[in-house]
Amino acid sequence: MTAIDPTIASAKSERGWYKRNEIAVTPWLFLAPAILFFAFYVLWPIYQSIAISFYDWDGLGEARYVGMANYVELMDDGAFEVSLWNNLKWLLLYLLAIPGGLFIALFLNQTVTGIRLYKSLFFFPFVISQVVVGLVFSWFYLPNEGLLNGVLGLVGLGPINVLGDPTMATYGIIAAGLWPQTAYCMILYLTGLNAVDPEQIEAGRLDGAKGWKMLWYIIIPQLKPATFIAFVVTIIGALRSFDLISIMTNGGPFGQTRVLSFYMFEKALSEYGFRMGYGAAIAVVLFLIMLIFIAYFLWSMWAEEKGR
Amino acid sequence: MRFTTKTMLMALAGSTMLAGAASAELTGDLKIFLDTSNPAPRATMEAMIADFQELHPDLNIETTIIDRDAYKTQIRNFLTADSPDVATWYAANRMTPFVEAGLFEDVSDLWQEPEIAEALASTKGAMTIDDKQWGVAYTYYQWGIYYRKDIYEELGLNEPANFDEMKSNCAAIIDSGRKCYTIGTKFLWTAGGWFDYLNMRTHGFDFHMDLAQGKVNWTDDRVRETFANWRELIDMGAFVDNHQNYSWQESLPFIVNGEAAAILKGNFAVAPLREAGLDDNKLDFYQFPAINPDVELAEDAPTDTFHIPAKAQNKDNAREFLRFVVSANVQTEINNGANLGQLPVNAKSAVDDDKFLNEGFAMLSENSPGGVAQFFDRDFPAEMANEAMQGLQEFMVFPDNLDDILKRLDKVQERVYQ
Repeated sequence: MTAIDPTIASAKSERGWYKRNEIAVTPWLFLAPAILFFAFYVLWPIYQSIAISFYDWDGLGEARYVGMANYVELMDDGAFEVSLWNNLKWLLLYLLAIPGGLFIALFLNQTVTGIRLYKSLFFFPFVISQVVVGLVFSWFYLPNEGLLNGVLGLVGLGPINVLGDPTMATYGIIAAGLWPQTAYCMILYLTGLNAVDPEQIEAGRLDGAKGWKMLWYIIIPQLKPATFIAFVVTIIGALRSFDLISIMTNGGPFGQTRVLSFYMFEKALSEYGFRMGYGAAIAVVLFLIMLIFIAYFLWSMWAEEKGR
Repeated sequence: MRFTTKTMLMALAGSTMLAGAASAELTGDLKIFLDTSNPAPRATMEAMIADFQELHPDLNIETTIIDRDAYKTQIRNFLTADSPDVATWYAANRMTPFVEAGLFEDVSDLWQEPEIAEALASTKGAMTIDDKQWGVAYTYYQWGIYYRKDIYEELGLNEPANFDEMKSNCAAIIDSGRKCYTIGTKFLWTAGGWFDYLNMRTHGFDFHMDLAQGKVNWTDDRVRETFANWRELIDMGAFVDNHQNYSWQESLPFIVNGEAAAILKGNFAVAPLREAGLDDNKLDFYQFPAINPDVELAEDAPTDTFHIPAKAQNKDNAREFLRFVVSANVQTEINNGANLGQLPVNAKSAVDDDKFLNEGFAMLSENSPGGVAQFFDRDFPAEMANEAMQGLQEFMVFPDNLDDILKRLDKVQERVYQ
């Protein structure tokens, strides 16, 4: 056994480059498809949008470089301002889905006959398409025949034309959006409630905590992961609000329910939209707003990882 | 669709006559993109293409039908990337972006051919930009006021001949607890129709076109006069309430149920109204009455068109197809009541014997001396049209905002026409 088999020795020294670097390279190989797709479908379009936003381009002919002109024009654009404010309304009011979802989840977190059915019924609006939600709500709001005005009429109020009134329409659409979003938050909290530690509740009870105090100091802290996810999906949901607006008001009446994503679509891609550069500039502004939240999400996830 | 062999042969004869020497059977490919996605126009187009196929059995025709609204945005992609040989679109300013970008083929040579030059003269203007023709029309339709004859008779009213009668009629209709006009402005363009007519009746076709071309400001006093006339109607409550919530289709029940007496609309409204139960005893048509007696009457008559994209592969085949589409017999057939139910563009074609088509044809050929406009969003540049129609909708809901609206439109105008 003293003599080393020459074939083994040579095989060892002749191990391929991949074999030698296997541990360092393999993770990258696994990541490669994702990185490629991410670069091609996310990073490259972001770069392109930013680049186009410096041009005056109708999407067909020659693009003309205009520097910051599109952004300067945005500053002075009343419709853009309206869209920006509406985005803010969406962001703030959409967060109501989180407490709403939490309370429905607490309510449904009990064992009675048929609770599964009730849970599914509450979850139902999230399963159906946003387009259907929009249609149902626009019928609900109809000025003459709508259910809402029927109910208001019973108590001697109304009639109101929610979607036709520029001051109310955005709130009307947000309310429609809250219906499925609340259901989504509810399901997140329901799973979260399963993970709540019964021993801590027991301990709290011994110390005399009940009602609101129990909820605030014992339950909600344990639901933190669920709250974080609910926050993330709600913010994303608010910023992507497009389909409901398109279905319920088409941005109207006279553009008062537009948000940035809808305004961008209208300027660049819709039937009358031929201003790619201007649309891209709106997209960049929307991207910057999203970036604030993305940075916050990444930061809190990073802090979480570090804390472990 | 029931093209018999006989009409087939007639069509064949027609197209060969028209095509003259170039009538040899075609070979190779022909790729056609259509936006005629509604059931009736779709069937009409498919049948027409099938006939063309029979004329040229060796030709490999590939037809793609795209949803009418999606088409409006997709056309930009396919004209620049994967171009068909023939594509549908709209006349007048609506073609400008594509003409300027060099994406439509100049087909002035077709318009030199005597058959086309004579028979299609009426649509030549709408197809012309920079003294060249960029396609051919295949159908057009009149706009006007479709009204409930039975309600007018019940109230003892006649078709109005001028604005005063229009208003007094309207007052009587309102007194009977109805609205004069139904309209759904959710998708904005319907308000453009009202502005077209009010502006053309108040100041005439040429003024309207000057405004479309940016030669007149929106804050001009004459434009204000148009809005003042409109406001008279709005203030008396002529239009249905909450029209900003409805699409034009959703606004039809008001006239069907007798809650509104009339609608200003294109001839395409007739089919759904008939389907909803309004027969010719209940539904009738009149030309939008004169407002300023010194102004010649002008009409809206939107024209739908065929074009050859500049990047088409089989331009000769495409030209032959265009000749076929506009030939007299094909025009008669595809525009009859069983098919498109609109007006043929070829002067030698016959207009189908339909009450509304006859009235519309007579109106456009005899009683529209001022000119024929396409429609608000086809005559005005796209961006101007969009902003303006939003302003028109706002004006109809909040007439007091007019100053604000006009100033805003001036600003848009300044940028769009620079």
